[in-house]
Amino acid sequence: MIDVEDLSIAFGDVQALSDVNLTVDRGELVGLVGPNGAGKSTLLGTINGLLEPTAGRVTVDGDDVADLSARALARQVATVPQETSLSFAFPVRDVVAMGRTPYRSRFERVSPTDREHAERAMERTDVARFADRSIDAVSGGERQRVVVARALCQDPDALLLDEPTASLDIDHQVRILSLAREFVAEGRAALCAIHDLSLAARFCDRLALVADGELLAAGRPESVLAEEHVEHAFGTEATVTSHPVTGTPDVTVTESQPDRDAHVHVLGGGHTASRAIATLATTGFSVSAGVLPEGDRALDTARAHDVTTVTAAPFAPVDRNIRREVSQSVQAADCTVLAGTDETNRALAEHARRLVVVREVANEVIDDEHTTDIETARVADIGEVVAGVEARLDGEPRRLETPADD
Amino acid sequence: MDGEGATAAARSDARWTIGSRALAWSAGLALALVGAILASATLGPVGIEYGVVARVILDAFPSLSFAVPETARTIVMDLRLPRITLAAIVGFALGASGTVMQGFFRNPMADPSIIGVSTGAATGAVAWIVLPIATPFALGLQGAAFAGALIAAFGVYLIATEGGRTPVATLLLAGVAVQTFLGAVISYLLINAGESLERVTYWLMGHLHNAGWDDVVTTLPVALVVFVVLVAYTRDLNVLLLGENEAHSLGIEVERSKRVLLALSSVLTAGAVAVSGVIGFVGLVVPHVMRLLVGPDHRILLPTSALAGSVFLVAADTLARSGPAELPVGIVTAAVGAPFFLYLLRRREVHAL
Repeated sequence: MIDVEDLSIAFGDVQALSDVNLTVDRGELVGLVGPNGAGKSTLLGTINGLLEPTAGRVTVDGDDVADLSARALARQVATVPQETSLSFAFPVRDVVAMGRTPYRSRFERVSPTDREHAERAMERTDVARFADRSIDAVSGGERQRVVVARALCQDPDALLLDEPTASLDIDHQVRILSLAREFVAEGRAALCAIHDLSLAARFCDRLALVADGELLAAGRPESVLAEEHVEHAFGTEATVTSHPVTGTPDVTVTESQPDRDAHVHVLGGGHTASRAIATLATTGFSVSAGVLPEGDRALDTARAHDVTTVTAAPFAPVDRNIRREVSQSVQAADCTVLAGTDETNRALAEHARRLVVVREVANEVIDDEHTTDIETARVADIGEVVAGVEARLDGEPRRLETPADD
Repeated sequence: MDGEGATAAARSDARWTIGSRALAWSAGLALALVGAILASATLGPVGIEYGVVARVILDAFPSLSFAVPETARTIVMDLRLPRITLAAIVGFALGASGTVMQGFFRNPMADPSIIGVSTGAATGAVAWIVLPIATPFALGLQGAAFAGALIAAFGVYLIATEGGRTPVATLLLAGVAVQTFLGAVISYLLINAGESLERVTYWLMGHLHNAGWDDVVTTLPVALVVFVVLVAYTRDLNVLLLGENEAHSLGIEVERSKRVLLALSSVLTAGAVAVSGVIGFVGLVVPHVMRLLVGPDHRILLPTSALAGSVFLVAADTLARSGPAELPVGIVTAAVGAPFFLYLLRRREVHAL
């Protein structure tokens, strides 16, 4: 449907796009992702004929965009801009009806077909109930749906959306993208620039990753959102996990941090340990973790952050070998974080050279008989685990007796 | 426009199609215009009754004949009506082109002379009066003003255009710069005006006192033809309010539409200014007031602003000529228009397009 062939665009000396090749087929919602200034809007602007390619071409349904009149192109391609500047007291209904502009000659009156298209577009986008309100009296999310309605009213074969969700609440974002999905389900095509990578992965059939005017990767979200791609494109550290609800790639971009030379071991599993592992790893500590049974969410987090882990089979008792392995890791670590309350982890914590106990854990184990060491340890809220570790690292390590194998 | 006005306009849209609303408002304003013309024709140093005015006008139609006093006929047909009709045409032209310019520039400050049309006309007229040179093609004062207006507007357009594109902001700035420059030229000419200074000043202030039927005959066809073409472009104007990129993606050939709108509006303004001099504020205030009343849709805003401009200028000119000493009508429009506009501004009725 949309074919971008060897497209390059330069503004003066600035190369905005170079050699971009991209196809959007009918029935497909393709997400355009990449950092700000990567060339996403430039690409969309070329497809809707606003910008002229320096080299290469864009065709829509076989027709070169550069050869089409604005009117002919507007019947094929509709655009939903990031924000619309219309702040005049036009009724919503009239704004939607402006979508029929490319179908009407200058002297033609509004035809029943035009009205039908406008009504249907308003039904689908759920703006019909405020059709008589003035456009400057509706909320940002409603207004964006009005613009989508206008684009649908244009009855195009292809829909371009330029970060239509950028300024919206999450429920409005999901609504706009669901509308785009419905649109392509009718055998039409849509290309949507979108800055939220996880949202893009969730709604789009394919993604195209653009950075510095070049297409870095295109294809299924799982392959495009590989960590190395994202890190290259955005110049930061990124962690890609599987979203627990949708199963689609979930990207967390973190500020890249200088490596720290301290080694921290995290004891425990579940949510608390998962969070401790993630924050410590992204802060730049060298982290190890365990014992973690297969299936534990902390294990997923650990793997996503390339953390060394000691794993065990789920629901199986921890055998001696595994125990020794973890014990060695704890003894080697400059600091150990206790994030689990079970017996095994508490026992292992006694081998730590420096210990930080997560507050929730401390509250639970403080009266226990095993608490001699724990009481002398530093207690930190899970949100401040990094500060806790740093403070503890400033202190002297505990002198360790070599623990006997039990 | 905001709050109640906006929702009221929107609500009434639901019941009325835009076409029937435009028709209803236009019919009402046309009636008001006829009333204003008749009333204006009765007023003056010699009072003439409505009945007599009506009979004089009807008698002018070839198939009708009424017995009317000859003096009344002379006063109404030769003195008052040409002037009143011309006021109506000039007001119509200024109201229409002011609306187009405000929509085109998406700027509430825009008025018909924003790209230098009026200053160009003034330069042409002042040069014609002051300079002892024969104008080419035997142009009269009005011809010189008309030519000056179009040359200035076209010059501004050329300066602001690069590579087939005319950015609106550049156009606006080029207009301001050219107006300033031409202002300097006018001032220089005024220094050397000598005995013709009074005539020049009078022209610059805007006046209709010498109007004759020949002025009506030259301006009316221009105003009507241009207006009809502008009406065909009202939908483009609406879509252009969305911004040029959005207008393009809705199938408007943006640069072509802009050229057409600019050219038409300049011709309309030039035609008005050439016969009447620089009459300020009509093209600025009238579209704002009408936007408050009928909403921002140009399909209704353009015809109503044009007609309201007519009514306003007929009334203002009547006021200008009914005082003890006749005033240039430009003084009256500014003196009445500016305070009214400030009142609207303070009430926050006018804050944007």
